[in-house]
Amino acid sequence: MPPLKKCFHIKGRDFIHAGQAAITVQKLLRQMGIAQSLIRRIAICGYEGEMNVVMHGGDGLFCVEIDADRISLEISDDGPGIEDIARAMERGFSTALEEYQEMGFGAGMGLPNMENHSDELHIESAPGKGTTVRMLFHSPETGDSQED
Amino acid sequence: MNRGDRYLMKLSELAETLEAAFICGEDRADIAFHKVGASDLMSDILAALSEDGILLTGLATVQVVNTALISGVQAIVFVRNKTPNPGVIETARQNDMPLLATPLSMFVSCGRLFEKGLTGLNGAR
Repeated sequence: MPPLKKCFHIKGRDFIHAGQAAITVQKLLRQMGIAQSLIRRIAICGYEGEMNVVMHGGDGLFCVEIDADRISLEISDDGPGIEDIARAMERGFSTALEEYQEMGFGAGMGLPNMENHSDELHIESAPGKGTTVRMLFHSPETGDSQED
Repeated sequence: MNRGDRYLMKLSELAETLEAAFICGEDRADIAFHKVGASDLMSDILAALSEDGILLTGLATVQVVNTALISGVQAIVFVRNKTPNPGVIETARQNDMPLLATPLSMFVSCGRLFEKGLTGLNGAR
């Protein structure tokens, strides 16, 4: 399988189209015949990351790269950045506005969900410098993917 | 219907049990499921083993439909007759996601489905 890379723009505070990048990637992976359990993990991580950008990050970019032995997601934004990454990883910690919580988000579970469902999670961020989240998923062929 | 020791319910039976009406996706009334999640918190649904389950919620935004699609949820039931706007219904229609609305509260809806033998998303009762 030759490597394939696709990127999608994410618009901050656009809740009408929020999630479309993750759903499009989910459909693409289905068409490629990727294992359903792996697609589900990638879709959940992508969706949580995409929602984070929409809620916190201003505008951003959502890229998926598909190789024979691994699939990676890179979600970056030009938003305010994360002040304390370790704190942001804590389940239940959230800086989301109340209006986002009323929409069912901002419960402080996004990053922990992304950590649980990915094989590797790397976050680069600093106040005023935006955020880049990279997630790696090993393909089932390598035998080391986590299953639900 | 029973398969092994778990109860499988069709969407048509769920509609009857919850006095619910189909908003869209009535052509999928024959799909069967055995687990149900009830939440207004989308990350709860994303964190749980939601695949092939049914989602009961009091939120009627497009993000509920997106969350269901991402999680592999089979259908969404809006409690207290919450009605999504036409754009949300269209998104569900395009993605073959059945939507139903029940006049019952979340509590009563869950109680009736539990009584029938359905489980939570993790299979617990």
